[in-house]
Amino acid sequence: MIDRELPVTEDELHAYVDGELPAGRKEAVTAWLAAHPEQAALVAAWQAQADAIRAHYGAVAQEPLPARLKLDRVIRTSRAAGRRWQAMAAAAAVAVFMIGGATGWMARGASASAPAPAPSVFERFTAEALEAYRLYVVEVRHPVEVPGSERKHMTQWLSKRLGYEQRIPDLQPIGLRLVGGRLLPGPTGAAAFYMYEGASGERFTIYCARVETPETALRFKEGERAAAFYWAGDNAAYVVSGPANRERLETVTKAIYEQMDAGAKKS
Amino acid sequence: MATFQKDVESTIPALRRYARALTRDADIADDLVQDTLVRALRSEHLFHGGELRSWMYTILTNLNRNRLRSLARRPAMSSIDDNDAPDLAGPEAGGRDIERALATLVEDQRNALLLVVLEGLSYREVAEVQGVPIGTVMSRLARARAQIKTYLEGGRPTLRRVK
Repeated sequence: MIDRELPVTEDELHAYVDGELPAGRKEAVTAWLAAHPEQAALVAAWQAQADAIRAHYGAVAQEPLPARLKLDRVIRTSRAAGRRWQAMAAAAAVAVFMIGGATGWMARGASASAPAPAPSVFERFTAEALEAYRLYVVEVRHPVEVPGSERKHMTQWLSKRLGYEQRIPDLQPIGLRLVGGRLLPGPTGAAAFYMYEGASGERFTIYCARVETPETALRFKEGERAAAFYWAGDNAAYVVSGPANRERLETVTKAIYEQMDAGAKKS
Repeated sequence: MATFQKDVESTIPALRRYARALTRDADIADDLVQDTLVRALRSEHLFHGGELRSWMYTILTNLNRNRLRSLARRPAMSSIDDNDAPDLAGPEAGGRDIERALATLVEDQRNALLLVVLEGLSYREVAEVQGVPIGTVMSRLARARAQIKTYLEGGRPTLRRVK
């Protein structure tokens, strides 16, 4: 009877232990094991491992929750951070209005031959970042110098070159993979440039460098095809650039901002 | 409390169990769970239905990966691997053995094994959490089991294979 059965593979033995065999196959494997003591011993060893793991850790789920893991408290803590973001985002809305207003004013001013003000750190920084975005986002074969798979090496290298600890955000939870990064010249010295890519090929970049400017609120700048959010804090300035879709860019910026914010509080 | 929050709350005990086995340290484990909860609550708008449990495991697994990476950046940290021979006696011996055996595993293999045997996830769910095909999950499971078996049988732990 056993001879007529399909041979049992090692994958099937794992599936047998984990209850993943398709209906009807379980009996066949049980019968096969009865005739193959060596494999039966292997299966028994795997089952014993699983039992040991469950015996050792299973009870953790029954332990009373410590206060900091009570959801009410986690919600309160996370809201406080959320409020900081909302304040920043609200300020960004005001800043956009002001940039728009200023352009209008400058257009009128130009006709009245008023002197144009020197570009601010924000303007220079954002211009450089958007330039880098436009330049590298279309690059298919060499968008970055160091691939995202070498995150550790890249962190060390760019931390050294920029003179402050780089935190390269993990954007997997919002569906963006780290393509990698490169070193670029910036308005105030070396700048780091990180690129992320979504499943549909959309690309977002972070451009950051050390700056001496005080902390600023979040600001938004939109071009024809690309848009950017800028902020400064912790002696560093950041520009997150992406396709001109403010809502999506805001989601991405929020995720990045929160990780930078959390990292800054820990260190 | 909103439904989403209630659902998140119901995953906490299992997340703690998974985190404890992943890190083998109660404080670090609870830190991970706390960070996972904060991340999940903030990212509610990114959760497009589906298995909330798998989504929570995904966040925790990724956060733990980041944690291990930042540990690796600090050369002074002592290795979490413990190559001592397994204890052969004592009431806690079995527990300590399995703990040490887990410590010798490559991270992805440990994640896969714990999600299957401790958390009861299906192969398909683990594939989603790890973002790999089911075949990869199965080979990680097979390697994890072979490594633990070698370790528990008192053989020297095999060298970690770097993928």
